[in-house]
Amino acid sequence: MINLFIGNLGHLFVILSFVLSLASAFSYFKSTSAPDALKQKEWAVNGRVLFFLHSILVCGIILVLFLIIYNNLFEYHYAYSHASKYLPVHYMISCFWEGQEGSFLLWIFWNCVLGIILVLTNKKWEAPIMVIFALVQAFLASMILGISVFDVKIGSSPFVLLREVIVDPIFEMNPDFVPSDGTGLNPLLQNYWMVIHPPTLFLGYATTLIPFAYVIAGLWKREYMGWIKPALPWAIFSTALMALGQLMGAYWAYETLSFGGYWSWDPVENAVYVPWIIQVASIHTMIIFKKNHTALKTSIILVITTFILILYATFLTRSGILGNASVHSFTDLGLSGQLLIYLLAFTVVAIVLSAVRWKEIPTSDKEVSTYSREFWIFMGATVLGLMGFQVLAGTSIPVYNAILEQFGISSNMAPPPDQAIFYSKFQIWGAILIAIFSGTGQFFFWKNMDKSKLWNELAIPVLISLALSTVIFLTAGINKIAFILLLTAGVYSLVANSTILIRLLQKQSFKLAGGSVAHIGIAMMLLGILFSAGYSKVISLNTSGMLFSKDMSDEMNQENVLLFVNEPRVMNEYELTYKGQRIELEGIPGFPSKKIVRKTLDEHTVVATADYMYKGETVFGRGDTLTILPENTYFEVEYKKEGEMAFTLYPRAQVNPNMGLIVSPDIRRLFTKDLYTHISSIPDPESNTEWSDPLTNLVAIGERFFVNDFVAVIKSIQKLDEVEGVELGMEDVAAEAVIEVRTKEQVYELKPVFIIKDKMIGNIPVTEEELGIKISFTNILPQEGKFELTTATSQRDYIIMKAIEMPFINVLWIGTIVLMIGFTIAIVRRYKEFKRSA
Amino acid sequence: MKKSHIIGIVVIAIAIFVIISTAGDASTYVTFNEAKALFESGSNKKVHVVGQLKKNKHGEIVGVEPSDDKLTVTFLMIDNNQQTNKVFYNKPMPPDLKQSEQVVVIGQYKDDVFYANQILLKCPSKYEEESLQVRAVN
Repeated sequence: MINLFIGNLGHLFVILSFVLSLASAFSYFKSTSAPDALKQKEWAVNGRVLFFLHSILVCGIILVLFLIIYNNLFEYHYAYSHASKYLPVHYMISCFWEGQEGSFLLWIFWNCVLGIILVLTNKKWEAPIMVIFALVQAFLASMILGISVFDVKIGSSPFVLLREVIVDPIFEMNPDFVPSDGTGLNPLLQNYWMVIHPPTLFLGYATTLIPFAYVIAGLWKREYMGWIKPALPWAIFSTALMALGQLMGAYWAYETLSFGGYWSWDPVENAVYVPWIIQVASIHTMIIFKKNHTALKTSIILVITTFILILYATFLTRSGILGNASVHSFTDLGLSGQLLIYLLAFTVVAIVLSAVRWKEIPTSDKEVSTYSREFWIFMGATVLGLMGFQVLAGTSIPVYNAILEQFGISSNMAPPPDQAIFYSKFQIWGAILIAIFSGTGQFFFWKNMDKSKLWNELAIPVLISLALSTVIFLTAGINKIAFILLLTAGVYSLVANSTILIRLLQKQSFKLAGGSVAHIGIAMMLLGILFSAGYSKVISLNTSGMLFSKDMSDEMNQENVLLFVNEPRVMNEYELTYKGQRIELEGIPGFPSKKIVRKTLDEHTVVATADYMYKGETVFGRGDTLTILPENTYFEVEYKKEGEMAFTLYPRAQVNPNMGLIVSPDIRRLFTKDLYTHISSIPDPESNTEWSDPLTNLVAIGERFFVNDFVAVIKSIQKLDEVEGVELGMEDVAAEAVIEVRTKEQVYELKPVFIIKDKMIGNIPVTEEELGIKISFTNILPQEGKFELTTATSQRDYIIMKAIEMPFINVLWIGTIVLMIGFTIAIVRRYKEFKRSA
Repeated sequence: MKKSHIIGIVVIAIAIFVIISTAGDASTYVTFNEAKALFESGSNKKVHVVGQLKKNKHGEIVGVEPSDDKLTVTFLMIDNNQQTNKVFYNKPMPPDLKQSEQVVVIGQYKDDVFYANQILLKCPSKYEEESLQVRAVN
């Protein structure tokens, strides 16, 4: 029976929460325009209660959706397409962000949390900022509304039934049909980073609303300067979370996807990078303002731009305008019109309001001295803005086509063929400048710097960093001019900021150290990126391949290597051997061979056909029933160095009926570098093995014969008293041939069976997939003392893999942690400043 | 002239440079004929061609040939102008190539063969279900 109640309840909650957010916005608006303090307070209380009710309902929506997923109510489309029976509970949370509706819900939820915190911490600004908050909530809630007004669909509800979405004859026969299982969560999302990366990023996204709300409230209420103090800690918090969210995503991509890195300049990544980098610029100009009341207009523009870019990012990733697949792209729910209205509404309001008030915004006409901190920060912010602009210009290419089409012009502009080169060749120069400015700017902490003082201050850090980068330059053999400059600038920023940090620590003013710590983190990240990406080396490169033509030679090198099972191949300084397919069993350590289990009718259950040892201990024995993770296959690849066993990697492949082959790398982590290995291709597991025409061999015991170019020999013939699956009568005979097949590395023992049952000849062949051979014991010729073995051959098991070395990638990850520490120190400091002034 | 004006001019100059270089580096969606014309005119710009794999009258895909060492693949692709061309891809065959509804190849034309550096595949239903896979009836 279909559970209609729960979905209706959820849908009701959505509609109510939408209405309540509008009502809350209205009440708060009334409060801002009320004539006397009493009325203002009354309306504000109203607005607050309505917003709290709205938040409670949002939690209700989330609970209902979770219950639908948790209870496997596959009559609901959301549960059917994002969950399955075997999904562990902690991944059920990930179902929320696999679907577009769920991720809107997450965003709405964070806005509720943030709205409540603001209401509780800032009474003075409550009414105007909450008008904006509640309006944003109304727009977001409308995305999951799922109602039709005059045939216009508004929002896409997460509570639609399967039968409402999917046209299938089964629903005509039985409208109450419920599939027995869902199609499951995308296996790539079944990763712990995917449990925490989206909420972190969305919290970062959501918090960009706070500085924006303060700016708009400030312009609206003519509080042109008062908004910065409360907005600054939130802007830093938001920047920190977006950085953390992006890096978690990068780390997930590095570990799980196999494009060979952590950042691919995918439009969806860029859509977060651009607002983030503008927000970084905005916190810097806000800090300048706090020091000497300049850069107010710039701060206003940057904060507004950040939020509008977030809306633009939402539009890009969710409207389907990007078209061709990117790892994150959501399916088009037909919300593009609604998303566009959301984007334009806030853009127009913000621009009009700023334009109207522009003349009234106080400015400072002071010329900024080159020897002031403000000048360097301002230069840094300018560079950040240009870096963001370049990425935006490239990412928006599909948008230009769409706009031109609106005017009837057909445009065939496509994204640059190599996105990584297109973006990095510009971004690297930005990074060099940022490193220089962030190193130098810190020296202006104490004002009144002049030329000679500055050079005195800078001399030592500059000399140290030049010396250090020369050493690195000589040892690492850096040869590109931009790389040399980035190396020098990065080391300089590291040294300069460390100098400042040490001074601050000496003065015991650690709470002011946020800036220098964060900049040390950024410098480390830049150096980590320079080495790991700029100097990543394809180990499996085959340069001896045919050259198709001279000008294409770079691209025509083979970056993959073909490994047949148990056949070692030399690859740079390593000798590699693919050892065979491995499986993952629940609660069992290590990766047992696929050969030691037998499948059962239930795809999640297998029976062991041999004992399994792990680190000298027997983990399970023959005949044990075990739970398997059926979608995962691991490929054991052994790396040897100078004949010594170096390490073993287990890259993974998932054969998924919907998505084809999904591969994840395995990474050997060393302190100075990572060795990254992923599968590129395997024999198609869906297709039936094609066997060659059978060959008949007449051989005696001990006589050699060849199968698929391997040497084989019959060791013995044994009479069998029982054969699995065959009932032997008194007259019947069964025997097995024990055949040894030798490869260079290993000896295989195969035991085909010959049977005479009810005077009929039969046999049970054996197949060894690793060798690609099938042997049948087809006859016994007693007079000649020979045995007839029929052999057939097929493709041996193989993998095609790619191995990449990424030097010093750990510097990037450590830099990330340092950056987060810096952000935390800065947030605490700015929040205390706000509290003191409030 | 004030320092801020100089900075402003430099910023505008860089912004214009960014726009020009974006337009210059952007690729285009073309047909095989246009790609061929580009090659013959001496251009070595990489272009996008959108199309499908060639199928015979029974709807079976034909012409997909991985190399002997399986490290490269050639296939026949029909562009949106219904013209068939051979495509060479210097990487192992993407596992879901044959399931794709639409193929976008990025690369350049050379001597009757399109050399693809990158292939984008659009495959039917990636997890967001549009059709029902009936497994068992309750």
